[in-house]
Amino acid sequence: MSKTIPQPDEVSKPFWDAVDQKKLTLQYCSACDRLQYPVRPTCYDCGKSDTLTWREVAGKGHVLETMVVHDTRVVRRKVDVPFNVALISLDEAPYINFLSNLPGTPAHQGPQGAAVELFFEELEGSGGRFIHEWRVVGQ
Amino acid sequence: MTTQAGWQRDRDGLGVWEHRGKVAIAGYGYSPLDRRWDGVSMDRTLGAFQVIAMQKAIADAGMTPDEIDGLMVCPEPAGDTWAQADRGLNRPFFAAPYDTEDGLSYTSAKWLIDEMARQGTPLTNLKYIDDKAPYIGPEMGKAAQAVGDGLAKNVLMTYNMGNVEGRYHLEEGIYSAGGRQWSAPWGWMTSAMMQHAFVFLQYCTKYGGSRDDLAPFVVNQRRNGLLTPWSFYTQHEPYQIAAEDYLDARPVAWPVTILDSDRPVQHAAAFLFTSAERARDAKQKPVYVMSHAQINKPNRSTMATLQDHEDVTDLLVKILYDGAGVTANDLDVFNPYDGFSVFTQTYLEAFKWHGVGRGEAFDFYKGDIRVEGPHPFNSSGGNLGNGRTRTAMYTDCIEQLRGIAGARQVQVKAETAACGMVTPTGNGHIFLSTVPS
Ligand SMILES: [Zn+2]
Repeated sequence: MSKTIPQPDEVSKPFWDAVDQKKLTLQYCSACDRLQYPVRPTCYDCGKSDTLTWREVAGKGHVLETMVVHDTRVVRRKVDVPFNVALISLDEAPYINFLSNLPGTPAHQGPQGAAVELFFEELEGSGGRFIHEWRVVGQ
Repeated sequence: MTTQAGWQRDRDGLGVWEHRGKVAIAGYGYSPLDRRWDGVSMDRTLGAFQVIAMQKAIADAGMTPDEIDGLMVCPEPAGDTWAQADRGLNRPFFAAPYDTEDGLSYTSAKWLIDEMARQGTPLTNLKYIDDKAPYIGPEMGKAAQAVGDGLAKNVLMTYNMGNVEGRYHLEEGIYSAGGRQWSAPWGWMTSAMMQHAFVFLQYCTKYGGSRDDLAPFVVNQRRNGLLTPWSFYTQHEPYQIAAEDYLDARPVAWPVTILDSDRPVQHAAAFLFTSAERARDAKQKPVYVMSHAQINKPNRSTMATLQDHEDVTDLLVKILYDGAGVTANDLDVFNPYDGFSVFTQTYLEAFKWHGVGRGEAFDFYKGDIRVEGPHPFNSSGGNLGNGRTRTAMYTDCIEQLRGIAGARQVQVKAETAACGMVTPTGNGHIFLSTVPS
């Protein structure tokens, strides 16, 4: 898997720094009592920024659905086709979802509704950078 | 420049549109359609095509260019640039007016005004110019609102889709920045395709069925496109596809295949909005604007869900129907967006056209949806049948209401029409009628 390397910006840097330390931390709005991902400068619900803090979440989720990429314009991923792209909902906040390639699960065999667990995958050629990934429990 | 603040109809509770039946489309025009610009034919550039469409819209209404006092232009490039300097092609420009991207990969209002003058149809009386209009979905509503609000009497509205020779939207590089840091590492393409693949899979899980159930719809879209003399398929691939072709189509982002996706083309259209009174004296049978509505709902998380799409399209249709003072039973001609095929049912079910409710689209597609049948769904053929014009669904609504759709003319009553684009979470729609009340 030749994943591209996320380029942190001012707002997302704490998120990616935590990932590099193998922690999944999401934005949390204390006014709305809501988690938020992807990282944004302001809260999706109330639009405030000074109410946002970081909160580590448990890496448990479920597969909503899995599509399979057969042809891609993302040049770096062309060597990987066909590959799964699953949508993962986070158990402790199901309105939060993540993309995953479901490493270990063959293409077209993404199990709808299956439990998944978080792990951190080192990115090729990144000098020690990681990315949050998900795999089907028991695989 | 005059600007309109708060013109959108994007929330519940707005009731009947204040200009319902007081604004009309008096003329429309479209250019030839090419697969791509060849880099040589200066009479077939995007700008040249847009001017052709504008001239035809004015002539169609029986007006003269000096009667046009409003111009609305969406300057967003729809395809790749000509130069493609970022990809090292550095293709040279041409003599003026083609010495920049303007006129080649997009058209600005200024470029079009200048070119209309060079082509002998100068717009000498413009008082209202919107040179940063949105894409055609909301742009249609904005143009109708501008006339209703009195910003201009006769607003000429343009929209085009460019496609030049070259590699198409490649995403290169090792690093992913901005919004793409959250998606590209997992192989996400910048396209509506993958978002809608997920929602479509959720639809199949919730209601049953699979992409196979889209076959009758996709096949019928091609059929309607082949009934359109200028469509991409009529010109270049003039044969009908069968359900088996659809089932065997090359997967791109499974379940989305090449036949679920529209062909990029080079094409332009223009629409002339005027008051209902003026339209009654115009050359053509007026098509009255009864309502318009827009949705712009950013995703809460990485991806929107089926529930999100159902909620926002329910809201869209409520705003649109309330604005026109109608119910689903009042809608005759219906051209929901089909680029990609996998989300058209979201609109069909939200509009409850011909009684189709949530989860019922696949059964509906199995019935007689041909233009000559009782349920002439998407009579334009949409993008899938014509190429990615994004305007064929609008021109078809006008042609159906005027009774000039030719081989595509529906046999059921055609007194009202609705259409729009693009995706459930970001779109604009319009409701049209042959009578103003
Ligand atoms: Zn908040």
